[in-house]
Amino acid sequence: MKNIKEFLAAPAQSCKREGPHDRIVMSSRVRLARNLKDFPFPGWAKKADRVKALEAIRPAVESLPQMSGAFSESMDNLSAMDKQILVERHLISREHAAKGVGSGLVLNKEESLCVMINEEDHLRMQALRPGLQLRSAWLAIDQVDTILEKRLDYAFSNDLGYLTACPTNIGTGIRVSAMLHLPALVLSEQINQIIQAVNKLGLAVRGLYGEGTEALGNVFQVSNQMTLGEAETDIVERLNKVLTQLIEHEENARGSLLEKKPKMVFNHIGRAYGILANAHSISSKETMNLLSLMRLGIDLGMLPGVERSLVDELFILTQPAHLQQQLSEKLSAEERDLLRADMLRERLRNVSRPVTPPRSEGSKSDKSPAS
Amino acid sequence: MLCDICKQNVATVHLTQMVEGKTKKVDLCEACSKEKGVDDPTGFSLADLLLGLGAAQEMAQAAAGSDLKCPACGFTQADFKKTGRLGCADCYTTFGEGLEGLLKSMHKGTKHVGKVPQPLQQHKDYQEKLNRLQKQLEKAIGDEDFEQAALLRDEIKQTREKFDNLTTG
Repeated sequence: MKNIKEFLAAPAQSCKREGPHDRIVMSSRVRLARNLKDFPFPGWAKKADRVKALEAIRPAVESLPQMSGAFSESMDNLSAMDKQILVERHLISREHAAKGVGSGLVLNKEESLCVMINEEDHLRMQALRPGLQLRSAWLAIDQVDTILEKRLDYAFSNDLGYLTACPTNIGTGIRVSAMLHLPALVLSEQINQIIQAVNKLGLAVRGLYGEGTEALGNVFQVSNQMTLGEAETDIVERLNKVLTQLIEHEENARGSLLEKKPKMVFNHIGRAYGILANAHSISSKETMNLLSLMRLGIDLGMLPGVERSLVDELFILTQPAHLQQQLSEKLSAEERDLLRADMLRERLRNVSRPVTPPRSEGSKSDKSPAS
Repeated sequence: MLCDICKQNVATVHLTQMVEGKTKKVDLCEACSKEKGVDDPTGFSLADLLLGLGAAQEMAQAAAGSDLKCPACGFTQADFKKTGRLGCADCYTTFGEGLEGLLKSMHKGTKHVGKVPQPLQQHKDYQEKLNRLQKQLEKAIGDEDFEQAALLRDEIKQTREKFDNLTTG
């Protein structure tokens, strides 16, 4: 069996995967939570029971036709570094990265299907897609689930649906989510209003790494909260609708910023480029926030010839574990900041500085605010 | 009156909103109201706040009470209070009553809608069909329509056999 570092596609490749609306929607994900009837939930189970559950589930998952050529490993055989890399790629949760004996991971070749065994629930299976493709992700994971339900004895009640360790996931056990890049809504200070409006619809908005994390790099995760009393397809469609509107809001915000405050936008993007291309020490947080502005610059045509995938690749490569991975000795945070800056300067060496897009007729500069 | 969120400062912001036909009230201190965006009336919804607050209260309620213990896995209500998670599938039966309010506060409904595992779906369909036929049979006998009753009796027999073959075969 290959180790995980050899198994995963290089970020340069994985970032080239394209999907609809990927200018704003970075990825789509549908996750199902399932449990076995005759075993205590992983958080309460003794080690022996967890191991038994893993032994029952793992072969069933490995033998799925969708999992031919998959990577399958128990969590205690993965190093802390391996796990952190998987978190940075958004393939496993932080919670799962903390697991050891009795937990496992099965990941398909395309990295589009990932099953966590004994996370909070016995099974957390997810389908991932680039861009806005919730329906396709749902169909893929539904198929996997339909095969697994014949091989495994699920905990299910007619009234409460699929039984989960946490009452927040009961019913369908579904979590439909998308990662959105919303720099213009942040720059125009509309984001809090938007978040509250989305919350009002019973949807959660979270940061880059899910629950309780910061929205680094202007990346937000939107997902359903309620899982009981609404069918899977209705949840998928509802989220689809909201995301379509969020895309529109972000596009509008970009348009109106360019029209009303072009200098502010150019200033942010120009400075972001300047720092990323010239710094000698830079933290991961600052890097993400500046890369987000560069990504916006690419979308606005200010960095002709630069692919969006370059920024997305750097987004991953500058994360702590990915940076550390390239070296044998353990680095301190300060040393990582130096290394990160070196890499960014090198990778951006051939990227020319941002150009100011040709002004559309009739638009005014910031100095004459009359409009 | 203390703030509903921090339970430390004096509440100075008082909100009332109709949520699904019920009047809901929240009392907040200055700091918590700012944090929750209450000072921005365009984006604020009491519903979110109540959902969060309500869930916390229900959670405490579900966890309080008697010393229930799940016979299947030994999980207790105190454990639920501590972790917010349950011990096993049977816990939903053991703690069913206490959980109802909690589920109502955090979900759209309290009855599952959506996918059902296929083996169970078949069983459910079978049960429903059998119940329907039984009722029709009783009615036919009551009406002294014995021709119809005979037909129904045969259909019930067939349905049973078909299901037995399905589950054993």
